[in-house]
Amino acid sequence: MSAEKAKKTVPYTVPIGPVHPALKEPVMFTFGMEGEIVRTVDFAPGQTHRGIEWMGMRRNPVQIVHLTDRICGICGIVHSLSFARAVEQIAEIEVPERADYIRTILHELERIQSHLLWAGVAAHELGFDSLFYLAWRVREQSMDLIENLTGNRVNYGIVQIGGVRRDISDEQRALVEKGLDYYQGLLDQMATLFLKDSTILMRCRGHGILSGDDARLLCTVGPTARASGLNMDVRQDYPYCAYGDLDVKAILPPPETGGPQGDVYDRIIVRLLEVGQSIGIIRQCLGQLPAGEILWEPKMAKLLSVLKKAEGEGIGRVEAPRGECMHYVKMAGKEAPDSWKVKASSYSNLMSWIPMLQGEQLADIPIIVASIDPCLSCTDRVAVTRNGQSDILTKEDLTRLSREKTRRMMQ
Amino acid sequence: MKIPTSFNRSLWVFHLNTGSCNGCEIEIVATITPRYDPERFGIRLVGSPKHADVLLVTGPVTKKMAPRVRRVFEQVPDPKVVMCIGTCGQSGGVFYDSYNLDGPIDQVIPVDVYVPGCPPRPEAIVFGVVKALQKLERLEAEQ
Repeated sequence: MSAEKAKKTVPYTVPIGPVHPALKEPVMFTFGMEGEIVRTVDFAPGQTHRGIEWMGMRRNPVQIVHLTDRICGICGIVHSLSFARAVEQIAEIEVPERADYIRTILHELERIQSHLLWAGVAAHELGFDSLFYLAWRVREQSMDLIENLTGNRVNYGIVQIGGVRRDISDEQRALVEKGLDYYQGLLDQMATLFLKDSTILMRCRGHGILSGDDARLLCTVGPTARASGLNMDVRQDYPYCAYGDLDVKAILPPPETGGPQGDVYDRIIVRLLEVGQSIGIIRQCLGQLPAGEILWEPKMAKLLSVLKKAEGEGIGRVEAPRGECMHYVKMAGKEAPDSWKVKASSYSNLMSWIPMLQGEQLADIPIIVASIDPCLSCTDRVAVTRNGQSDILTKEDLTRLSREKTRRMMQ
Repeated sequence: MKIPTSFNRSLWVFHLNTGSCNGCEIEIVATITPRYDPERFGIRLVGSPKHADVLLVTGPVTKKMAPRVRRVFEQVPDPKVVMCIGTCGQSGGVFYDSYNLDGPIDQVIPVDVYVPGCPPRPEAIVFGVVKALQKLERLEAEQ
């Protein structure tokens, strides 16, 4: 009887995944649905476990830097920077000032491309494909800039223990400045599209709410936490690289849009404003770029012998586009580190899905799941079990549901 | 390179991540955006393997994903072409000594076209799709 009762209160179980082709960590969602309303949420990550930390403990720190690039393809510089900072602490390596500035410039360029990528994905989830294509067209320009500076579009391989591997020449500097002017214009256009458009307002305002208390309790980080009104940003709280010399303040939803409410709309606002902030930071960096070396020790053999002797523990913290990213490293006078732990930003943010999704409609799942930026952009399969029969819903069907809702609301 | 005489079919592509770092994923999505625009040739990403002609596989195939890779492969109708995008699917790449891999991909399912790179550029992916198109036309002629 009680089982019968439980079945009646939550009649549908909707599993999503675990094949999320565009997700960093493909996860398996299980939704308990009551009609169209999500009542319970559960998820199980861990499908793409490659044992990177285990592999790292068998390699030397210079090799690991290239491994950290491949932890996540979007946060290319974040993990390598965070790991390099931890190792530099242990070996007491002082990074040249110029290298710190170049790291900061690339870090911010990465934030621009990552947020634009996200903006495109969010627009796509809402059925606003022209905005998706606009965002990705703008993003291609930032990829060109990154390629020009580092030699790669993705997985830059620019960070080295004790500095960076490539300098910024005067010609490249002019190119970056030109690129920034271009973004400024397009950013204004995109901000108007996102913030003045009634479709986006009605689909995002008041949906996927994460209260400030919940955000604090669940230890969310980055734009997800800031949209809920938490004033936190590693660049402001614990400045690293060149951020100590720069004017960086955590961006919260401004009072003009009603202050922080912790919904999907606020997360869009925070990210768009951060693109503008990044442009400002890169301009400041280019203006103050000091002359000098870019590497603490250009000779690889000498660098490796110093790292081999290093002993101690270090923590590297970096504000990734999605929030704080932390690497813990312990060296014990051997070639490979004794211990290495990575805490990526999405790891902290995933739990916030549960309060966000409860009470929302099935059609709102794509935009809410995407709103914490876990990179859900491509295809997916959903199986709906209805009265014991199972239908297969694809990600396309979910997107279609989402789009139909937009159309319904516009009528 | 010989350009196929006719595009008698639109090539629909299904993309499957088997534990990749996301680098290849964003390059695949970058490939379908306006700068490269393969949709003018009818090439597009679809949401179900049952609609696809080409299976794009990325990543080094983790143990948990291997059975799903086989299942998705079986769902793609014949004639089909499997493309392996990225170095880690071909050899394991930087993940070569991991304990949690069943890959490379060709140990799990047969692969027709390899696109190397970590990650490959969008141009390389488009070139790989053209190669896949030629192979599909050949397979159809044989049928």
